[in-house]
Amino acid sequence: MKKVILVRYGEIMLKGLNRPAFEDRLIRNIKRSLNGLGKTTVSRSQARIYIEPEQDDFDFESAVSRLVRVFGIVSVSIVWKVESDFETIKKHSAEMVRDYVAKLGGSAAAGRESGQANAGGKVSFKVESKRGNKRFPLESPEISRQLGGYLLKNVPGLKVDVNDPDFLFFVEVREYTYIYCDIIPAFGGLPVGTSGKGMLLLSGGIDSPVAGWMMAKRGMEIEAVHFHTYPYTSERAKDKVISLAKILSQYCQRIRLHIVPFTEIQLEINDKCPAEYLTIIMRRAMMRIAERIAAQNGAIALITGESLGQVASQTAEAIAVTNNAVSMPVFRPLIGMDKNEVVEIARKIDTYETSILPYEDCCTVFVAKHPKTKPKLEEAKEYESRLDLEELIGRAVRDTETLDIGD
Amino acid sequence: MICGRLIPDIISIYEITDVSDVCNEYTDLKRYVMISEIYLDNSATTRQYDEVTSLMAEVASRNYGNPSSLHTKGIEAERLITGARETIAEILGVQPSEIYFTSGGTESNNLAILGYLDANPRKGKHVITTRIEHPSVLEVFRHLESRGYSVDYLDVDEGGRIVPEQLEKKIRPDTALISIILVNNETGTIQDIKKISAIRDSVNRQAVIHADAVQAFGKMQISPSKSGIGLMSFSSHKIHGPKGIGALYVSKGIRINPLLYGGGQESLIRSGTENVPGIAGFGLAAKMTAVRIEENLQKAARLKQILVDGLAASDIVHRVNSPDDALPYIINISFRNVKAEVLLHHLEQRGVYVSTGSACSSHKKSRSHVLAAMNIDPALIDGAIRFSLSHMNTEEDIRLTLDALKDIIPVIDISKKRKSVRK
Repeated sequence: MKKVILVRYGEIMLKGLNRPAFEDRLIRNIKRSLNGLGKTTVSRSQARIYIEPEQDDFDFESAVSRLVRVFGIVSVSIVWKVESDFETIKKHSAEMVRDYVAKLGGSAAAGRESGQANAGGKVSFKVESKRGNKRFPLESPEISRQLGGYLLKNVPGLKVDVNDPDFLFFVEVREYTYIYCDIIPAFGGLPVGTSGKGMLLLSGGIDSPVAGWMMAKRGMEIEAVHFHTYPYTSERAKDKVISLAKILSQYCQRIRLHIVPFTEIQLEINDKCPAEYLTIIMRRAMMRIAERIAAQNGAIALITGESLGQVASQTAEAIAVTNNAVSMPVFRPLIGMDKNEVVEIARKIDTYETSILPYEDCCTVFVAKHPKTKPKLEEAKEYESRLDLEELIGRAVRDTETLDIGD
Repeated sequence: MICGRLIPDIISIYEITDVSDVCNEYTDLKRYVMISEIYLDNSATTRQYDEVTSLMAEVASRNYGNPSSLHTKGIEAERLITGARETIAEILGVQPSEIYFTSGGTESNNLAILGYLDANPRKGKHVITTRIEHPSVLEVFRHLESRGYSVDYLDVDEGGRIVPEQLEKKIRPDTALISIILVNNETGTIQDIKKISAIRDSVNRQAVIHADAVQAFGKMQISPSKSGIGLMSFSSHKIHGPKGIGALYVSKGIRINPLLYGGGQESLIRSGTENVPGIAGFGLAAKMTAVRIEENLQKAARLKQILVDGLAASDIVHRVNSPDDALPYIINISFRNVKAEVLLHHLEQRGVYVSTGSACSSHKKSRSHVLAAMNIDPALIDGAIRFSLSHMNTEEDIRLTLDALKDIIPVIDISKKRKSVRK
């Protein structure tokens, strides 16, 4: 018997001729995510990936918690790999189920105390079999029936319930046989690196990390650009963005973070443009800078955390004016989401707690009391013409600091 | 040496370990190092005396015994603690047996309040404090409210002083404890502790007074026994001593229960193996500070005067929130039309380190409860900066700070910006 990890992937099966490329990328991402956990052999067989550790003390829990963050993976199971011989299968199955029932026993007891009767203190189960190896003498229903009977007889505290079992026991008979009780869901999506590269405008708030995560989930490689306005904001704002990028890099493999010195532009805008247009002109400048850095780094799209109508600068009119500043496509995965939906994802992916640290555009002096909710492109362009944007943007891009995070 | 300050930041951010690489690669960061440091945040914490650092290193490497051990190593360590206890007792004019070492001001405050009430349940269910306490007192009283205590929070006048008449009215026969911050950490306001204890004596002698003296210790003469104070809290790192060590004075005859149970160290009041290097460092720092109390105080007064006069003579619109008779080490000043945190970061660029009177962000504004209790206009609280001094500061420090303020404030003044831009 050998303990291995079974990885299931879904959508990439649909990709026809591209499939091998997608699978290769997924395997590369899996190997990368397991860095530092020790030597493993990663192999592919019949739309499954098997990870076999070389040492006995392999940390399966850590491996699983990393794997569920690799996009393209649908679910993961820690499985026992045994010889495809029915006597061997029965023996190991009984051992595994005995352990599992012992673990369940605690929680079943707790359930009883809270009033959920569990007749006779027995745990119900059902055997799910698959036979990929047609040379194996028994067919699937027969495997389930015989193995179920064996387990019932040899593991105390069990009963069969094929309609609503407490747990499922899985047997997959292939060249080897794989047995397991748990399927741990992952996020699905496509392997990062199969959908081009996007440049994320990462502010440090709740939305932008989620936007980056969603595009990475669709296979995009992510780089991020952050606009830093020290000493009008804290140095801690920068540390916070670095922390967020580190969290994102657990999903995105790695993130190159570009930190743009934005104070000079911000001050110029503040000096020369009317208050109600400050935000929109600032956003246009940010988009231009992001587009230029994107082009320099081989990214083909910009990504923002904008959500329609969330704030004055995210009305349809404001987004139209902002969007006009660039020609690259701008992906806005949160555009139709409510704040609470975004927060829910942020919590799920662990960026929320960092996002709400109170440093983001702290005490900014650059926000007007009443920004324009329906800005006009012509007016924005006119005010912008008061600035030497080309020169300012060029300087900001030139002085940009680049950090590789997650490498 | 130049790299000395940079290394911790750089390593944590960039995870680079080779120091020379750091300096070459991030030469732009050198601007942080090249400018001289003007540290005016001494009420947050202080730079440890070099002598204290040396002593602690020596204690850690030589006298590493556990004071509870029976052998010589243990006795050596115990003697160091005894020495430090005697030093601090002598400074305060109290008995060494009345001094208990803790992990710092927060623990001392918690231990004094909770420990006293726990040991004296029959003294009553009423307690009194002020609206301008440090969180390590204020939050304890909020907790007491949830445990069924009746709590009165005393108001303060515009200088941050409690009103004696109000205190007199609030003390009841069942008042167990009165906790008052001796020197406020944000404004430097000194409470007249003798008057407070006289009022207590006239209404209910049973009520015990706890004074949070964290900002007062080593900066003014304090005599708990002569002022009728039963419990008094101290911290080491506010007087150039190490962090993680403090003390509580408990007057003989007052019983308190511990917060931590275990090996029974500190006469059963504070279990846990003693922080011997910390205690030794605290003792030395206390001694070094105490011998110069008067001299240092005069210097602080002089520095405060230079700052206040300098601002008065400038065209910077400001308001000094600290009263004239405050402890001169702490000077709270509001700048109109300025966001305190923006000013703080600009000052930091000039090497001047200060604190704000409010922590704020675009999500949440949390204005100083102390300044709010003093009835200061919220707009002014948003522009409040605390300059806090130590005897290590110089007149030159203050003059450079004034120069920096004069340069920075016109640049970051919000009102000027808004007026100048027309459509």
